[in-house]
Amino acid sequence: MNFDLTDDQIALRDGIRSLLEGRFPMERVREGFDRSMFDELAEAGVFSLRADGFTWADAVIVFEELGRACVPGPLVDSFGADVPTGVVEPHPGRTLWVEHLGAIDRLLVFSPEGVDAVDPRALDGSPAEWPLDPLTPVTPVDGLPAGERVGDAQQAYRWWMEGALLTAAQQVGLAAALVDLSVAYAQDREQFGRPIGAFQAVKHMCAEMAVKAEVARAAVQAAACVLDDPDTGDLWRALHGAKVLAGEAAIACGRLATQVHGGMGFTWEVDVHLYLKRAWVLDTRFGSIDAHADAIAAALPAPA
Amino acid sequence: MDLRYSDTDEAFRAGLREWLAAELPNLAPQPSRDDWRARRVWDTDWQRRLFDAGYAGINWPEEYGGQGATPSQHLVFLEETTRARAPYVGVNFVGLLHAGPTIIAEGTDEQKAAHLPRILRGDEVWCQGFSEPQAGSDLASLRTRAVRDGDHYVVTGQKIWCSFGQIGDYGELLVRTDPDAPKHKGITWLALPMDLPGIEVRPLRTILGSSEFAELFLDEVRVPVSCRIGEENDGWRVTNVTLSFERGTAFVSEMVDAVRLVDDLAPHVTDPAYRRELAHLAAELDGVWALTKRNVTQAARTGMMGPGAMMIKYAYSELRQRLGELSLRVLERDALAVDVVGEFVEERLRTLALTIAAGTSQIQKNIIGERVLGLPKEPNR
Repeated sequence: MNFDLTDDQIALRDGIRSLLEGRFPMERVREGFDRSMFDELAEAGVFSLRADGFTWADAVIVFEELGRACVPGPLVDSFGADVPTGVVEPHPGRTLWVEHLGAIDRLLVFSPEGVDAVDPRALDGSPAEWPLDPLTPVTPVDGLPAGERVGDAQQAYRWWMEGALLTAAQQVGLAAALVDLSVAYAQDREQFGRPIGAFQAVKHMCAEMAVKAEVARAAVQAAACVLDDPDTGDLWRALHGAKVLAGEAAIACGRLATQVHGGMGFTWEVDVHLYLKRAWVLDTRFGSIDAHADAIAAALPAPA
Repeated sequence: MDLRYSDTDEAFRAGLREWLAAELPNLAPQPSRDDWRARRVWDTDWQRRLFDAGYAGINWPEEYGGQGATPSQHLVFLEETTRARAPYVGVNFVGLLHAGPTIIAEGTDEQKAAHLPRILRGDEVWCQGFSEPQAGSDLASLRTRAVRDGDHYVVTGQKIWCSFGQIGDYGELLVRTDPDAPKHKGITWLALPMDLPGIEVRPLRTILGSSEFAELFLDEVRVPVSCRIGEENDGWRVTNVTLSFERGTAFVSEMVDAVRLVDDLAPHVTDPAYRRELAHLAAELDGVWALTKRNVTQAARTGMMGPGAMMIKYAYSELRQRLGELSLRVLERDALAVDVVGEFVEERLRTLALTIAAGTSQIQKNIIGERVLGLPKEPNR
């Protein structure tokens, strides 16, 4: 058992981190996702990690960094694809929202029966003027055209859970970035003649965030290890748990980071809101906190 | 990065399982909760069985009679013994987990020879004398005085929260030897023989109604200088050797137990909202368990505990409070008598201590904030 990053994995993490810092600084991130972003990430190998021989444990390291850098776009949706791809799971009676509709070439529609590929250009709808996350445009769509079946029910479940894992990794990255932003602010900002991070009320919020992020990271990396080597744990419980903990960590860290930043946390200028809004968006992707918790609950011993 | 135990670890697991399956049916029934004499006999009998089978002091170095197990084998040992519902350390807790490791790190050869083999065999039981009525979270402000008189320290003062105080042969005692030095610099660590004249032990009844703890009243107790562990006035550093040990793998058995408690509670939970909440707690437990494996891996590589160690205690003890609350809500009026349905009510009461003992959650958050995140200290502390 070696449940820590190997030297190669540290190099992978540092490599992708410096690439993202260089090419995807916040000024560019704030302009939103476009085709050039997809091409650069594809060239860096982000979407082809599995095909290139990397493990799931490697993949969650990379996707955590994408979250940390707040990179927008249908990143998990496009994993394993060679064109920008979207993923939706329609629920009868509810509006179908499609993210990044103007930027994707292919839309995968998940249902309990399987996965269908649809041409997104055939969809009708105009994007919401004011999306929750300004970097995640959303379009309400009326009706889906018939698609081409690309995966059966079993594959749909498997891909869905892999998507949940990579999304959870992004959420851990959001949480980690929010810890860093908050700690830096708490060290820098002075009130009553001292850095606010010296006050226990603020310090404890930072500690709370750090613990949530660290526990979620361990859960996500453990789930990835079990996906790589299924004999080493309870695979589905590990994956469901990873999405629960990472979702909670990202949202809780977003909330606490806003609080640590005080009035500045309520501004458009400070990045905290972009992370919090992304955390909310990602909780609706590949199963919410509650949906995954219910899946764990269903597998716990049942009442007699 | 992987979670696969090595073949050596799995062989160790298989051997341990086999031994546990053969040995556990031979145990006498567990004595009643407050019969401390009988509990001592029962717990030390188990320790002797571990010793005879070559499992005592699993993580102690071989040169001191331990098994020198790697951290991952230590984890396997705790997983398997807890899952098999083997006895936990019980009254051997302080000796095996605190005093022994402290003596290994700081004791003289004579002190090691005098104590370590007896602790491992279950012949010597230790209790703890750290906290005082006025020195809890601020442990370094302790006031129990020790005045040097020839070959003895003359010790006067009061201790509280002495785990296993009624049955201990030795107590790990922190005393103030230099009242004029800064508070961290005037403390000395003594191995207190509990049969010396001038020691009075009064059981301290806890929230559980039982008395695992005691108060200790010390009235001019003459403690031989040869009982000092480490240098005079260096006791705070010596103590931190002990405390850092307590924050390591100390919660592994607890966690394995808690996973089982979730499974035991689940059949009583019919309300979907409560089941969802229980699932959250199950996921959190899995997460803290994964962080424990991370910590064990880092400890094996560097010999030091990673930042995760400080987070595990806080995360685990807080989630355990929520599990306790949920179990009472689930049981409703079946929780009005202790242990009518399962162990849930006693566990709810017992686990109230987890966010207080060995560093309150608030102290843990200070430590995480200052030592892990690098936030400034509050003034005057």
